[in-house]
Amino acid sequence: MLLLSGCNGFSLINPAGPVGLTERNLIFLATILMLIVVVPVIVLTIYFAWRYRSTNTQAVYTPDWGFSRRIELGMWLIPCCIVAVLATVTWISAHDLDPYKPIDPAMKPVRIETVSMDWKWLFIYPDLHIATVNQVVFPKGVPVAFDLTSNGVMNSFFIPQLGGQIYTMAGMKTKLHLIASRVGSYNGLSANFSGGGFSGMHFKALAMTPQDFRNWVQKVRKSGSKLDVDRYMALSKPSKDVPVTYFSSVKPDLFHDILHQCFVGGSDDCLSADASARR
Amino acid sequence: MLGKLSLSAIPLGNPIDMGGVGVMVVLVICVLGAITYLGKWQYLWKEWITSVDHKRIGIMYIILAMVMLLRGFTDAAMMRSQLAFAGPGHAGYLPPSHYDQIFTAHGVIMIFFVAMPFIIGLMNFAMPLQIGARDVAFPYMNSVSLWLTATGALLVNMALVFGAFSRAGWMGYPPLSELHFSPGVGVDYYIWALQISGIGTLLTSINMIVTVVKLRAPGMKMMMMPIFSWATLCTNALIAVSFPVLTATLALLTLDRYLGMHFFTNTAGGDPMLYISLFWTWGHPEVYILILPLFGVYSEIVPTFSGKKLFGYTSMVYATVAITVISFLVWVHHFFTMGSGGTVNAFFGISTMIISIPTGVKLFNWLFTMFRGRIRFETPMLWTLAFMVTFTIGGMTGVLLAIPPADFVLHNSEFLIAHFHNVIIGGVLFGAFAAYSYWFPKAFGFRLDERLGKLAVGLWVAGFYLAFMPLYALGFMGMTRRLNHYSNPDWQPLLIVAAFGALVIALGIVTQIVQIVVSIRRRERTVDTTGDPWNGRTLEWATPSPPPFYNFAELPIVAGRDAFWEMKREGWKPTEPETYEPIPVPRNTGVGFVIGFFAVVFGFSMIWHIWWLAVFGFVGIVASMITHSYNKNREMPVSAETIGEIEHLRFAHLPQQV
Repeated sequence: MLLLSGCNGFSLINPAGPVGLTERNLIFLATILMLIVVVPVIVLTIYFAWRYRSTNTQAVYTPDWGFSRRIELGMWLIPCCIVAVLATVTWISAHDLDPYKPIDPAMKPVRIETVSMDWKWLFIYPDLHIATVNQVVFPKGVPVAFDLTSNGVMNSFFIPQLGGQIYTMAGMKTKLHLIASRVGSYNGLSANFSGGGFSGMHFKALAMTPQDFRNWVQKVRKSGSKLDVDRYMALSKPSKDVPVTYFSSVKPDLFHDILHQCFVGGSDDCLSADASARR
Repeated sequence: MLGKLSLSAIPLGNPIDMGGVGVMVVLVICVLGAITYLGKWQYLWKEWITSVDHKRIGIMYIILAMVMLLRGFTDAAMMRSQLAFAGPGHAGYLPPSHYDQIFTAHGVIMIFFVAMPFIIGLMNFAMPLQIGARDVAFPYMNSVSLWLTATGALLVNMALVFGAFSRAGWMGYPPLSELHFSPGVGVDYYIWALQISGIGTLLTSINMIVTVVKLRAPGMKMMMMPIFSWATLCTNALIAVSFPVLTATLALLTLDRYLGMHFFTNTAGGDPMLYISLFWTWGHPEVYILILPLFGVYSEIVPTFSGKKLFGYTSMVYATVAITVISFLVWVHHFFTMGSGGTVNAFFGISTMIISIPTGVKLFNWLFTMFRGRIRFETPMLWTLAFMVTFTIGGMTGVLLAIPPADFVLHNSEFLIAHFHNVIIGGVLFGAFAAYSYWFPKAFGFRLDERLGKLAVGLWVAGFYLAFMPLYALGFMGMTRRLNHYSNPDWQPLLIVAAFGALVIALGIVTQIVQIVVSIRRRERTVDTTGDPWNGRTLEWATPSPPPFYNFAELPIVAGRDAFWEMKREGWKPTEPETYEPIPVPRNTGVGFVIGFFAVVFGFSMIWHIWWLAVFGFVGIVASMITHSYNKNREMPVSAETIGEIEHLRFAHLPQQV
């Protein structure tokens, strides 16, 4: 494992944030715990096979021996003990690392509303009133709170180096909290097959210094293009390998209306007159 | 008149598709031609197609599984070669529209038309012999099951020629599998192939449960049954409870697609999550449906080839039953990443870990059966040893995936692919091959070639590790499943190694094909006249190889476990009795095949919306069933003289007793 961690390609072993780091350490811990049983089983399988080969007439042969209270007790109890430890670890970690749980309640996170579409990712910054496609940018060291949905098919939002994934589903909102502890460009992708353009559905997640992030926001604001309902409707048509796109402003409540499926005739709970007009 | 079907459904413009179609058509013509040339049509019809003999039905199931394995493996080889090439800047040779069908078909075929028919074939063949029965409880229903399963397999293959198969993955998750996102006939092929074969599987489970419960030889109590028969009982209990869930789920999806309903749609109150939950309510027990019979097989092979009693029989039975029950309590681990919250995820993570305890106990049982034994390394035992090492690794990665936060980063990655191939190839397939080499001499009266058998074990094991260990690493590199091409250059070397592994597996398969040809040609050298080539322990070895259609001329009387071993120890020798009793045996019937034919018509016309033909097919099925239910002449008595002649021939061929 140490050998692997030296290698850059192994994004899960080389995490760039505390969520990913805790998840990695959990994998290591569980693996070591299980090796307590796994290694002896493999070694004994090979050893017994060799020791008690039929050509070895020196070895003891007990054709009628088929029960030993001590061994049977051991083979139920040892796995039970290891599972008891693993179960405890599981219970604690499943709550600690619940993707819905904010990373640090004291810190104000960067909020990003994320929509998976055929076949690209739309990122809306509700507090900054900008949006991007296939690139998500946030400052390092600041928690990022993702609200996610899909405008159609199910996908899974995943930035392997930062931590776990979460499904995106139409008409439903899921949440994910991540944080990057160092500046960098991380691969992001969809981890749930979503149709013909699925393979091109990846993006870069850029973690920047706060100053660089402010500059980047300014750059996006000057980019000129607006994400209104017409633009959104054009964007939501299936397309593959979509280049990075910036939107200087976003129609308010766009995410809310996507979530309530206002553009596909799904709900009465639409905040925008334009949106309901599209039904 | 022809619904959605037209000439444009045949993919004439696609060279890869048409290549596949061409190969398939040539193969079919060759097989049909050979049968005609050899004048075997009548033999085939009378002795096999209309047979209700559980042994023949079992063998036909396994032949179906092996043929479909070739198809499923071809899909695998295409995927591996695509990914070896489709690195940065390359799209590979398979466009998504084709590639997505291939991985869907690969999953569907390997699970439903390789693994399932293989285990059902094994249970059919061996279980009645092991419990000293003359056939299964419902021989005609058994034939219906077989032909419905074959119908499903045929429908999947028809998708190569007419239209296209599903591109929605083998789980068929909505909303992708809904009409809005998958308007073609692909998902309909998926639905009807699974529905029709699923009914066959459900009928089998009823048949097997009743057989185990009602038809055991006199004196054989439940706790005296061979472990394989126990595994058969538990597996079929799982099938009987879980397959209706799949049937209902797919029926709801069918209503969405055919009648515009909204069970799983995004809009109008539909809920795709419900499908996913229901699917895995069937899907996780299904995993144990596949593995439990093979756990049973290993529990027969290890004692036989160690010359020793199975260690901890009672533990083994309780472990099997525990797995059966707990397997219904773990399904949510297939979607930890759906946002269920810490407590729900932790519950299902822990229940998944608990199921590893009885599984671990089984491994220890086999281990201590080998301890102080006299182990013979013949092919079945080699498969078993390969399994014990390989499966342990797969079990470990499985428990790792059961920890929700670990699953958050490994879910749907190549790590997951590596894990389930590790347990399915290393557990189910190795076990199926072990059973195949173990019971082959029982079924045909001669052994398979040992040298080629061992070579096949070596190639499969080496190929497996080469093909799937890189995928574990790729999971840690953030590679997700079902990608058609990729831009990360770090992944390519490992994917090339994996493709090479697939090539080694291909050599293993070729070796197995050569093995069967060589074994048949040299069958005089490995002929088994004793009926007991491995020094076996259970009742199937007490009959001749191949067993006569009535299995046992005299039903054995059982007093303990390892019944045949005890008989031999008490000085049992195959001796010819002085008189025989007449035995009633079920009469062959072609109705099962006819129902299968109508099911093909029905399934195909439902897929293509040819309603009048669908009605015809459905009426055909029902009419055949009703007609046959009036047939009171289902049994024929075999006279004591006939049995005497058959048995006399057997004893004449026995090797001289020392």
